[in-house]
Amino acid sequence: MSSIEPAPPVTTLATPIRIDYEYTAGAAQSRFLEGLARGVFVGQRCPVCGKVYVPPRGSCPTDGVPTTEDVELANTGTVTTFCVVNVPFAGQQIEIPYICAQILLDGANIAFMGLIQEIPPDQVRMGLRVEAVWKPADQWGPSMESVEYFRPTGEPDAPYETYEEYL
Amino acid sequence: MAAGDVLRAPHVLEYPYVRSVGPVIGAFLTGLRDGRILGVRSVSGVVVPPTEYDPVTGAATGEVVEVGPGGVVTTWAWTDHPTPDQPLDRPFAWALVRLDGADTAMLHVVDAGSRQAMASGMRVVARFRPAAQRVGHVRDIECFVPATDHAATGAVR
Repeated sequence: MSSIEPAPPVTTLATPIRIDYEYTAGAAQSRFLEGLARGVFVGQRCPVCGKVYVPPRGSCPTDGVPTTEDVELANTGTVTTFCVVNVPFAGQQIEIPYICAQILLDGANIAFMGLIQEIPPDQVRMGLRVEAVWKPADQWGPSMESVEYFRPTGEPDAPYETYEEYL
Repeated sequence: MAAGDVLRAPHVLEYPYVRSVGPVIGAFLTGLRDGRILGVRSVSGVVVPPTEYDPVTGAATGEVVEVGPGGVVTTWAWTDHPTPDQPLDRPFAWALVRLDGADTAMLHVVDAGSRQAMASGMRVVARFRPAAQRVGHVRDIECFVPATDHAATGAVR
């Protein structure tokens, strides 16, 4: 207790909440994560409809059957849709503005989320051809952090018909 | 990492909330930081911890008053195996403590050593953390201890 200069009144209270989970990736997603640790995107193909899911969840949502065939996918893909993030928020790890995109890897039948860099935000577009930029191999691990970001390949844009099914 | 393993990893969610506490809880927390326990006069008596409105009638409460630091355990529950985020790292009692001068009881913990040392109606006294460690939080009171452990009934500050 200070007897001379009283400390200012308390006006706020920190009430942090922390929840500790142990996450189990499951068999199919573990294949995908192991792939990231060796620099490859791994999906799985449905034995009925032939669609390739990445990251794989272990079954086909259309046919309801297990997907057991692993498929190594290309390092390139197409932006199907995107969002320019301009809003700062707690815990943000990337400098704004940045682009969060849905990327349809060549050979896959579902898009996944990735960061787009090496292009001004106002030039990102649907159909943009991109490739993954991986970290140096000694930094690869079973995590999407093995991939630094995606960047334009310089190819002509993919025709709309090639990705309209995936929007 | 052998092929075929199912991978597992820790996954931690944290929400770093900071609440505005308002004038009455603010006064209570300021009091705790300064080593005092404050309540508020109300139509239902002295309410501790203080509220802006009477818990029974909803009428606005009045003057802030100091209570304790001694009080009486009105009810309690023993914890044999504290979890890491609980107030004490050894077996303790959760207890409702009606502080001297208060008409309501507040929830805190009693460091009694053993369940046999606990009883409803027992006298306890607040043990504050050292001033330098107090931040304006209910844990500025480290715990309550049986009053018989201390010759004086004054708070351990």
